[in-house]
Amino acid sequence: MALDKEHLNYPKRGYGMDHAHYAWSMLSQRPPITWPNGARLALWINVNLQFFPLDQQGKPFAVPGGMTMPYPDLRHFTLRDYGNRVGIYRFLKAFDQYSIKPTFAFNTELAERLPYLLQRIVERGDEILCHGWNMDSLHYGGMDADEEARLVERSLSRLRELSGQAISGWISPARNESENTPQLLAANGVRYFCDWVNDDMPYPFHTAQGDLVAMPLSNELEDRFVMMNNLHSEQSWLEQVCDACDFLLQEAEQSGGRILALNIHPWMLGQPHRISKLEQALAYISSREGVWSAGATDIIDAWQQQAE
Amino acid sequence: MKSAPGFYDYWPYEDRPKLEWPNGARVAFWVAPNIEFYELDPPGNAHRKAWPQPYPAVPGYSIRDYGNRVGHTRQMDVLDRYGVRGSISLSTALCDHHPEIIELCAARDWEFFSHGIYNTRYTYGMSEQQERDMIRDSMESIHKHTGQHCAGYLAPALSHSELTLDLFAEVGSELAGNEAGFYTCDLFHDDQPTPINLRSAKPFVSVPYSLEMNDTIAYVVNKIEPRRYGQMLKDNFDRLYQEGEDSGTVMCIPTHNYQVSCPHRLRAFEEALEYITGHSDVWVTTGREIAQYYIDNHYAQSVADISARQEAS
Repeated sequence: MALDKEHLNYPKRGYGMDHAHYAWSMLSQRPPITWPNGARLALWINVNLQFFPLDQQGKPFAVPGGMTMPYPDLRHFTLRDYGNRVGIYRFLKAFDQYSIKPTFAFNTELAERLPYLLQRIVERGDEILCHGWNMDSLHYGGMDADEEARLVERSLSRLRELSGQAISGWISPARNESENTPQLLAANGVRYFCDWVNDDMPYPFHTAQGDLVAMPLSNELEDRFVMMNNLHSEQSWLEQVCDACDFLLQEAEQSGGRILALNIHPWMLGQPHRISKLEQALAYISSREGVWSAGATDIIDAWQQQAE
Repeated sequence: MKSAPGFYDYWPYEDRPKLEWPNGARVAFWVAPNIEFYELDPPGNAHRKAWPQPYPAVPGYSIRDYGNRVGHTRQMDVLDRYGVRGSISLSTALCDHHPEIIELCAARDWEFFSHGIYNTRYTYGMSEQQERDMIRDSMESIHKHTGQHCAGYLAPALSHSELTLDLFAEVGSELAGNEAGFYTCDLFHDDQPTPINLRSAKPFVSVPYSLEMNDTIAYVVNKIEPRRYGQMLKDNFDRLYQEGEDSGTVMCIPTHNYQVSCPHRLRAFEEALEYITGHSDVWVTTGREIAQYYIDNHYAQSVADISARQEAS
């Protein structure tokens, strides 16, 4: 019994990463960043507005949060739809109450299906990101390259058309990618994407079609991950957010501006028994000194002027 | 295949000879940061998949990279504050990929022990010679990059063969005699060090490396809330400290900085460290120092007690 020789060959064992997507860099060794008005912590809240198709194909896997029952899974379809009908309006009230400036990541198909909701967000003037076509249109290794090129192009161009916004940000459904996804995004005018969860600050991500900015958007602190994947209590999610806020504010004193990036879902936190935890989180964070609530583009603008 | 590994004999946790740590400490306390390199595109191993998704597995790869880019230096600040030297479970290819991290650890006089070359290369399916070569490569890397003789082993991704511990001990002897290859973190059967039976007669010891206190087991496998994890660490310590009055115990916190050093989790870890190191009679030490002290002072006595009990039963 033995493994093939390649198992004891290490062709990429050298300085830096084992791929060419970005340069190796430790956060603690980068020059400090200053946010506008001397803020120490940029608060970026991203709301996902998602469409989970009832006829889910699950290719190459069933998306977390998607259908799990035999067709027609009305249970999960309607629970997710709840977020876009009810939960989101609780979110908007809470944001306004605490003067938060969020961003909204739309599945393009949802923007097409719910013009009222899209219009409501457009009128607020908040930044919109593209979250792919829908939650069942996954980008994945081994998918047909032309098919993915069409998917990226259609998702972005249609959302631009519907929203009237330039749409420069992207989050892949399930944060999953193929080997071509980043370069397709760059080729289609995307400036930043949020799939790689390997940093707490933005960094340049190289593609054959030019650089993207990789934006940090913690998965570990996401409402869905904490409460649905880990089954932590609502109170615990709140504590974790507050602890993260305190920690990053403290780190920022020594090391320069930091970002608290909260990725949330109206079908999760928009429930009546959870919305107060979002409100309490917003109340806590906005009561701290040195917090700057901003959209992703504003944060990247401030970072890019100093970092590059 | 064997029905039991045979590395140790049954040795009940009562009436053992008293284990006395330096300066009368009750607990030998050590922290083992895993500093790992996972490959984005490793060769496939038929026995175990490295990633759940087809290449590129962005979710799993990128969160582990977070530990290297962000997490380790955060934990260093915390460990510095409480006077803890880390005992690093090292994917030794990281010496090549990220020498900056190695330098920061070396500057703190931390211990480096082998956790294989990459955490995406598993022992499963290897021939004896292949596993021996992999282990030797990893131990030589540590010596080349840090000057340390590698004393301890934790198999990459906890992937073992029946011969893993023998090979590690033997390669250690070939490289540096009894200065290398004399303890393992791979066994979870005890709260005190125990002698390990090998095919060579080399004194070799299992040092407790608690999977229960391991942040990745707590957070990823058991999905524990951060503040509960902090409480578990304190409770674990309290009992080992209490029992350590009668006979010395070992407490280990194995960590992964893509988990414990996230902004929403580090506070719980820090509070536990503050609590533990705030006690007197705690020997804050490293894996190597525990193993060496045990071999020098308690190994023969333990072997004799175990063998007397075997004969009696």
